[in-house]
Order: sequence, then structure tokens, then C-alpha cells
Amino acid sequence: MTGLSINSLSMRFDLPNGDHVQALQDVSLDLKAGELLSVLGPSGCGKTTLLNIVAGFLAPTSGELILNGHKVTGPDAERGMVFQQGALFEWMSVRENVGFGPSMKGTPKAEKDETVNHLLDVVGLQDFKEKAVYELSGGMQQRVALARCLANDPDVILMDEPLGALDALTREKMQSLVLKLWKETGKTIILITHSVEEALLLGERLIVMAPRPGRIHTEYRLPFADLGVDADLREVKKHPDFGPKREEILNMIWDMEEEIMGGKEDAA
Amino acid sequence: MIPLLMYVAIFVAAFFIVTKVVQGAGLKDYTSLKTVTFGDESAVRPNRAAGIISILTIFLMWGIFTGSSLLPGFLHAPGPYEGTTTFTYTAEADGQTDDATVTVVVHPREQATEAPEVDPGDGFAKNDSAAIAQWRTGLIRVDRNDELGRDAGATVVAINGEPIAPGETVSVDGGSVTLSDRGTPNFEPTKGWQMEPLYLPAPEAVWTRSLEIAGAGFRNFTLIEHLGYSLFRVVVGFLFGALVGIPLGYAMGLSDWFRGWFDPIVEFMRPVPPLALIPLVIIWAGIGEAGKIILLFLAALWIMAIAARSGVSGVKISKVHAAYSLGASKWQIMRHVIIPNSLPEIFTGARVAMGVCWGTVVAAELVAAEQGAGMMIMTASKFQNTDIVIMGIILIGVIGFGIDMLMRWAERLLVPWKGKG
Ligand SMILES: Nc1ncnc2c1ncn2[C@@H]1O[C@H](COP(=O)(O)OP(=O)(O)O)[C@@H](O)[C@H]1O
Ligand SMILES: [Mg+2]
Repeated sequence: MTGLSINSLSMRFDLPNGDHVQALQDVSLDLKAGELLSVLGPSGCGKTTLLNIVAGFLAPTSGELILNGHKVTGPDAERGMVFQQGALFEWMSVRENVGFGPSMKGTPKAEKDETVNHLLDVVGLQDFKEKAVYELSGGMQQRVALARCLANDPDVILMDEPLGALDALTREKMQSLVLKLWKETGKTIILITHSVEEALLLGERLIVMAPRPGRIHTEYRLPFADLGVDADLREVKKHPDFGPKREEILNMIWDMEEEIMGGKEDAA
Repeated sequence: MIPLLMYVAIFVAAFFIVTKVVQGAGLKDYTSLKTVTFGDESAVRPNRAAGIISILTIFLMWGIFTGSSLLPGFLHAPGPYEGTTTFTYTAEADGQTDDATVTVVVHPREQATEAPEVDPGDGFAKNDSAAIAQWRTGLIRVDRNDELGRDAGATVVAINGEPIAPGETVSVDGGSVTLSDRGTPNFEPTKGWQMEPLYLPAPEAVWTRSLEIAGAGFRNFTLIEHLGYSLFRVVVGFLFGALVGIPLGYAMGLSDWFRGWFDPIVEFMRPVPPLALIPLVIIWAGIGEAGKIILLFLAALWIMAIAARSGVSGVKISKVHAAYSLGASKWQIMRHVIIPNSLPEIFTGARVAMGVCWGTVVAAELVAAEQGAGMMIMTASKFQNTDIVIMGIILIGVIGFGIDMLMRWAERLLVPWKGKG
């Protein structure tokens, strides 16, 4: 069986001062191969924790994770990760960064070069392949990060606010690129974002998480990602359902934030 | 005081001349268009003219106050008196007085001079003569050849006709005369404002002495050998320190056992100045090469260990995570992520360590050595060869500066990604 199933995952951080944080409680989710899931939620609701568990950087306190029939116990090349920023290796050129995964596996040079060249074409950085990554703009750096992740041909791609630090215009272009890559490669993608619009545009499925304890609050299935594959994303935003959905989710998150603030006031 | 005022005056005058008159137009890049420069550190770039004038001023002042032959004579500060001068003294004994003349030859120190022969003259007080070196003073026992000396109750009551009592001073041509407590005139030639070569030789004297030492050597070793020994000790000590310190730092950054084990040792040894270890190292290893290299090894070790440790701790966790998700093994992460990521820190540490080692080696050689830059200036100072001391200090500074420039250059070349993460 292919796909990723997350079975009643809980994560509790015991703090040195005796307190604890229930970052995730009983989170269950099934993703079929090739699904694109976006995750929204107020900050502190456990999104990053969830992604780190899926990536294998953290072991959950309870629950388990099954990918393509086997249990996930640690990081592996089958699950690629794209971070917000600063995860590129600045001592390597663009080409070396993209070729990092194949190099580690000992892929023959010719094959590796082919993969790298192909991916640099896909993300439009062929002319920059010998540049140092710190010479590139933020948007270009994120394209390198995407290409580096794809070069390993992972089954699942995990993205933690990958476009969060980009300006609006670059961000829009990158959103189109992510959709294009998703369609072309058929990867399973989990994308965390702070932007409701981005979650709607890129989420074939969308979950909104709630904090304290971190859990899945609402889940949606959305048409916009499929629409956006071939269309201008600005056109997609004009879809009659888009605006109402955005309002609905914004209100939901707004209420959660309000509750957090209210809770704090009560506690004080 | 006078030199300080002069220095400040040159500083201020050069400032006005250069900024208001010469560079009136100012630099024409975009910084010149900034309206807010006060508080904007990036707009403060060292003024090239100020740098050049600053260095020239040091040499100028050095020349002025040492009477350097590199400067035209009118620029010299007034020099010490040189030549023959006379003054008269009046002796009083048994109610009668008599005058006599004292002839004093003031001569440069290195040029031995005899007191001139003088005609004794008449009266019971006889003429005297003396030879006194510049910057020195001399008691002149004027009564020794007098018919009525101190033992006969004669006392000096006036110099050049001015009454004087013990402890008082009278100015005369070429100096001043003070009557000692026991009534003997003490002649002090005018010193002028120049430094005595014993304390500060002129620049050209240092230069000629440098050439001399470079050619003939100093204490059985040539100049190059002295400096070479110091450099050799630094390089070897540093290399051993780095060779042990870097792996130790990595181990401390990567393993909690190593961190726990070595943290107390490193944290304790770090604040101990290497100079404080010199006595112990001498006791243990003697004053030979081994002792010095051990000392420099210890000086570099902690710095390099701490640099490597913070280089490892400084690696962004997202980089390590990314490498793991890209399928890298632990060893590959070490080789391709942790080591390159820590290199900038290690280079910074290496620069600091080289600086500390250079300072430490010179200090260690001051204490005990048969050769080396520090030994050279220490020995020279014992023999009051100030020119060699100054030459040594300049060379030590130049080499220290050169080491730092070399390290910076290597850093730019080898870790161009420094600060770019
Ligand atoms: N290593 C940790 N130790 C203690 N608490 C943690 C740790 N990581 C996350 N948390 C807590 O878990 C909760 C969820 O964090 P996170 O997953 O980063 O939220 P999000 O990514 O949604 O903003 C937060 O309250 C956070 O303080
Ligand atoms: Mg006499």
C-alpha cells in the first residue's frame, strides 16, 4: 500500500521546570500518494512538531507513522524537507547543493549531472549553477532548496513555510512553481503555511489545526490546486468559492487566536 | 608635555588643512550624499590622508626630539648644550673674598674629553676647569686648588656675582649652577628638549643599527635567525595546538561525555594567561625549544578547542536536518556540513590564537632564551642598547601585523562564505 498514514500521534514536551506542553494530541491523517496537503493554524499549534515527526527528526510520545507500508523511525531520503530559509549549504555552489543527495548516495557522476541539469532547468537556475548560494536572491535560494529536495526523488516532500520569507510577487511565482512540480512529479506534499490564501491555492486538502492541545480542527477538500496547475493563480483567486472559504478560515483562526488571548487573560 | 601639545597641534592643523582646504570637494561616492553620517558607522571610513599624516607625524616628532639628521636643523627641538662655558665664583674666607673662573667643557657622551688646562690666576681662589658629558651633571670641587679651601673655612657665596647659599641655583651660560648642601657648586648643562640617545635614539641610528645587526648578527645569531626562531616556535606550537584543539572542540561539540569531561578543564584553562604558565613550563621543560613549544601549544590549544566547539554548536539545526533528509550518513554530515560550517569560526580562532602565540613567544623569550626576538630586545635592554630594543619592538609589531594580514587573506580565500549563512 502506498501513501502516508499518521495514526493517533501525540507529542508532549516535558519542560525542565516541570511543566509540559501538549504539542500534539491524537492526530490522525491518511494521505494517498500524490496528495497535496496544506496545514494552517495559529502559531504554536504544533505544525512544525507534526512535520518534524513525519520527517523523523522527533519520535512521538505515542502513535505511529506508516509510509508505504513501513514504520517511520528516523530521517530518510524518502522524505525530503524544504525549510523556510538558511538550510542551503553556503560552502557549496548551486550545482553542488542540488547534487548533494545524489552525491551522498554515490550516484555516478554522469547520472548525477544529468539530474542536476534537468532540475536546474525546471527551476530556471541553469545560468546560476556555478554561483555561490549566498549570491542569489531569497526566491532563487528557495528554488535551489526545492531542486535539491527533488534531486533525491523522495516519496514525500515536507515544506515548513517555504515561502514565508519571500516578497509577494516572488511568492506568487513560487506558488505556481510548487503546483507545477507537484503535478509533474506526482509527489506527496505536506506544506505548512501562515497564509490562508497560500493554503487555499496549494492545498488539494487543507487542515486547520487548533492549539492547546495541538489537534486537527477542520479538514477541507478544495478544487483550487487543480485549477491553479494550468491557470494564473490570480484567476483562481477570483473563483466564486475562493473568497468565502478564505473568510471562513480566517474567522476560524481569528477565533482561536482570540481564545488564546482570552485564556491568557484568565490565567493572569 | 611640550611633545603632547605639539602632537595635538599637528593633529588639529592637519585636520583643518586636509578636510577644509585640500579635500574641500570631498569624496565623490554615494556616501558623500548621506546627510546623516554622525552615528552611521558605515559612513566612517578611515581617512587615508589622516593615516599617512599620522605615521609621518610619529617619525617627524621622533626626529624633532632626537635631533635626527634626516630633518633640517631648524626643525630640531633645542638640543643639549655643547661647548665650553665659564662662570665665576666668589669664595669668602676670614672676612676676605676672591673671585675665580671655572671653565666647563660640555661634550657628547660618547666622546671622552679631558678638563682643559687653565691658568690658576691670582688671589686665594684659583681658576678651575671641568669636563661634563651632555645630560650629566658634575660637582666641581672649586676649593680643592684654592689656597684657602673648605677646611680653612672658605665658602662659595656667589656665582657670577649673584649671591648663592647651599641648595640655591643660579643660571649661567650653558647651564645652571646649584650649590650642594656642603657648599660645592654642581654644574648642570642645559639639556634642551631633545631626548638623550640612551633613552631614545634618532630614527637613522635605529636604522643603521638594524642594518648592522642584519649583517653582523646579535649574540651569535643573525637577525633573521632571531626572528625565524620566534616564528618557528609560534608556527609549531600553534600547529600542535590546532591539531589537538580542533578535534577536541569537535568532540566537545558532538558528544555529551566529551563536553562534560573537558568543559571544566577548558573553562578553567581559558582564563589562565599563557604568560602565567611560563614559570611552570620552565621548571618542567627547561628553557629550550621544548618548553617554548609546550607553552605555545597550551596557548593555542584552548582557543582552538573553544573555536571548534562553537563552530559545531553554531551549525543551524535546519542544515543538519536537511542533510539527514537528503540521505547523508553521520560521517557525511560531519564531513560535508559540520566541518565546513565550523571553518569560519575556526579561522577566527586561529587568528586570535596566532596573535596570542606571538605575544606569548616574545614574552617567554624575554624570560629565558638563547635566541629569538624577545631575547634580543631583553639582552639589548640590559646593555642599554636602546636602538636595538626599538628596532626589535618595531619588527615584532610588523611581524605580528603580517601574521594577522596573512590569516585574513587565507580566510578570504578559503572560507569565502564566512558570515553569509
Ligand atoms: N523542543 C521543544 N521543547 C519544548 N516545547 C516545544 C519544543 N518544540 C515545540 N514546543 C512547543 O510545542 C508547541 C508547538 O510548537 P510548534 O510545533 O513549533 O508550533 P507551530 O509550528 O505551529 O508554530 C509550542 O507551544 C511550542 O512551544
Ligand atoms: Mg679655585
